[in-house]
Amino acid sequence: MAGLLDQPGYDEESLRRVSEQLPCRELQAGMLLSLMGQPQQYCYPSLFIYGHRSSGKSHVVNVLMKELELPHTTVSCVECISAALLFEQVLLSFFGCDAAAQLPRSPSISDFVRIYRQQSSQFPAKQTRFIVMEKAELLRDADANLLPALLRLQELVDDNVSVVLLSEIVWDKFRPNTGCFEPLLLHFPDYSKGELQQILSKDCHPSYSAEFYSSYINILLGVFYTVCRDLRELRHLAALNFSKFCEPVAAGKAKETETHKLWKNIEPHLKKAMQTVYLREVSSLQWEQMEEHEAGALRGLSAHTHVELPYYSKFLLIAAYLASYNPARTDKRFFLKHHGKIKKTNFLKKNEKTSNHLLGPKPFPLDRLLAIFYSVVDSRVAPTASIFSQISSLVTLQLLTLVSHDDQLDTPKYKCAVSLDFISAISRTVNFDIVKYLYDFL
Amino acid sequence: MYLYVLQFSFLRIMSKRKAKEAHLPIGECIDQVHLILRKRFCHQQLPDKLEGVEAQHKHLVELLKRTAVHGESNSVLIVGPRGAGKTTLLRSVLRELSEVTEVQKNLLQVHLNGLLQTDDRIALKEITRQLHLENVVGDRVFGSFAENLAFLLDALKKGDRSSSRPVLFVLDEFDLFAHHKNQTLLYNLFDVSQSAQAPIAVVGLTCRLDVLELLEKRVKSRFSHRQIHLLSSLTFPQYVARVQTQLSLPDDFPDGKFVREWNAAVATLCEDKSVEDVLRRHFNSSKDFRSLHMLLMLCLSRVSVAKPVITPADLLDASRSCLADAQANMLHGLSILELCLIIAMKHLNDVYEGEPFNLQMVHNEFKKFLQRKSNSMYNFEQPVIMKAFEHLQQLELIQPADSSSAKTQREYQLMRLMLDHSQIMEALQKYPQCPTDLKQWATSAFA
Repeated sequence: MAGLLDQPGYDEESLRRVSEQLPCRELQAGMLLSLMGQPQQYCYPSLFIYGHRSSGKSHVVNVLMKELELPHTTVSCVECISAALLFEQVLLSFFGCDAAAQLPRSPSISDFVRIYRQQSSQFPAKQTRFIVMEKAELLRDADANLLPALLRLQELVDDNVSVVLLSEIVWDKFRPNTGCFEPLLLHFPDYSKGELQQILSKDCHPSYSAEFYSSYINILLGVFYTVCRDLRELRHLAALNFSKFCEPVAAGKAKETETHKLWKNIEPHLKKAMQTVYLREVSSLQWEQMEEHEAGALRGLSAHTHVELPYYSKFLLIAAYLASYNPARTDKRFFLKHHGKIKKTNFLKKNEKTSNHLLGPKPFPLDRLLAIFYSVVDSRVAPTASIFSQISSLVTLQLLTLVSHDDQLDTPKYKCAVSLDFISAISRTVNFDIVKYLYDFL
Repeated sequence: MYLYVLQFSFLRIMSKRKAKEAHLPIGECIDQVHLILRKRFCHQQLPDKLEGVEAQHKHLVELLKRTAVHGESNSVLIVGPRGAGKTTLLRSVLRELSEVTEVQKNLLQVHLNGLLQTDDRIALKEITRQLHLENVVGDRVFGSFAENLAFLLDALKKGDRSSSRPVLFVLDEFDLFAHHKNQTLLYNLFDVSQSAQAPIAVVGLTCRLDVLELLEKRVKSRFSHRQIHLLSSLTFPQYVARVQTQLSLPDDFPDGKFVREWNAAVATLCEDKSVEDVLRRHFNSSKDFRSLHMLLMLCLSRVSVAKPVITPADLLDASRSCLADAQANMLHGLSILELCLIIAMKHLNDVYEGEPFNLQMVHNEFKKFLQRKSNSMYNFEQPVIMKAFEHLQQLELIQPADSSSAKTQREYQLMRLMLDHSQIMEALQKYPQCPTDLKQWATSAFA
């Protein structure tokens, strides 16, 4: 197979520009180009390129199409929610707006093929035309005949056109029941650690040396590589944290070569980034502001659910948690002052798998919630409407979920939707030891 | 004048002799090779002669000739798995028929495809269009499908109104037409073919062997039950011979010497032992043309000026990429945390015999592994683990066990793992720089 730069039929200068823009992907680009062949030759009717996200699939295809000036149209299946949008875009790119205007309202694929055939008999393809479809896994949710028809479009319209599908899901999950025209599969492997380092180092800041930046990338990869190998995420994190890394050097406290000092400075910062920016708990803007002002704790998105609840609402929530995670038969033991003798064997028979904290919260009726609430609250409280309205507001805050049907007004059922950490934090504020009352922690 | 003509013809003979031994530069030869073979593999160019289907070919030619020349209505189904050569057979038959002048003058053709004409209404419009009767129909409104079809066939009557011109209806992906409402199109076409209204031939092509089960009783009774099967009974030596013919260049290639060398190289290639093993593997999985063309296309893409022949190594590489496990390729690119989660899921599957699990259970299992190991390298917070879990869900390596995702929290939604034991173990072997404690954990849950 000819290397990327030796492909016949293409301008050498353009090929050189292509290989400059595709670091670490020369092999795949060369394979793709050799499959595509020269522009005037036929290409296989459909190609399926699969690989992890940010492995360069769209990038390689787009760079090849643009630099080598091949007639193409790129369609993202996220945008084309209906087939009509796809047809319009293809006809517009290949034949101009007159052809696209000939499509009737809500066109069927039969109309599309007919108009394409008409146009291609007037303007036959001198070069292979490519239809590139990104996020092709969404085609499976469209009409059942769209994907098989696209795969054999070359045969249906009798023109030199080829469909390239890009996806991160493997082809085996696409295949229709009765089979279809199988596309040529091409795999874009993930970048290795060395390749990631090479690509990330290309973003180096002009005012610092390349070795300084690559030592920074080394540290970044050391923290994040076990968790994330997505190139886009790593680039984003690298860009955000570089100024913090350079702080000691800019302030004169350390030199560029003292990697240990720099590492000690940046490492806790990167660990915090993993819990906040990586999880999109805070926006990049907040992160950068935090770096400048050295504010205390960073409030992430999940922290916003720690709303300040009124006193009785907190107890209602605690009661709801206990009702969800304790089996009903254990209520007597926990909440009655004199529960008498309870056979230990039946009570303590626990299978690890059925630990409620693994299976999830169970629904409970309103009566049970109120019963537990009255036994848990230390003061005497009357069952007024304000108590019940607090339950409704807990549902609105999505701390409780309403499980029963909306029509059932007399015995509504709820489920508690908070985690153990959250409820422990809340119960600490009211001096209530919740772990003592949980069946799973006996 | 006479001498001039003699001289001219003499020069022509000389140049013809020279042209027989014309040499093109190697670059142009390779271009021509690509041009010819790509047309063959990618564009399904009709070969001059079809092999192995002579009986079916003759049968179909006879049938269609009877319709076109003698006005006898017929219906037939061509049944065969995908890539068996149904469309090629039909095109070859039509090519042969078009050489008969009477057929060429009389026979009208309508080509419908189940993938394109998804509705009987669309199908009828397409039939009108292909018979060039849009102007005749104009804005007329018909009561039923049958009326419309009868009108169309009526309009094709020849000048003396004695009989209508014969029409050939080709229905590609025939089984999809059987899913239309009431199977109206099929019913009417077969009805016309049984009655003496107009001479039509209905040829259906389908990949489903049980296509007759799909037809309604009234449609099935009007069908002639004539089926042409293309179930390939190829033996392995015939398969290798087919590979050789597919790769050989035709004799009318501009450079005679190159063609001889190329065809000789192809012959030696097919006799090579390693190539034979590769071809046997492919022969055992599928004998159809399409998978063969895919394999040969991959080999062709490696032919260039630097390497103007197909070597056995090319075929081996092409075979490897055709038969590669795509899921294993994707597992290679997972992060270590995601791999840990998959191993934890594997253990849950082993212990609880394939019952669905949720994130909490997977995290619990992972925590048990971490407790045994002293280093806290993989000690991540729950939200980070949640993000890795969601990534696995987006790659469809795990899928929800049921569809009630609305009322349950994300960490408690039940999922199933879509990989099996051997795939996971193989992926661990191939994973780059896989930590040994992970491998040990994978082999035994208590390591």
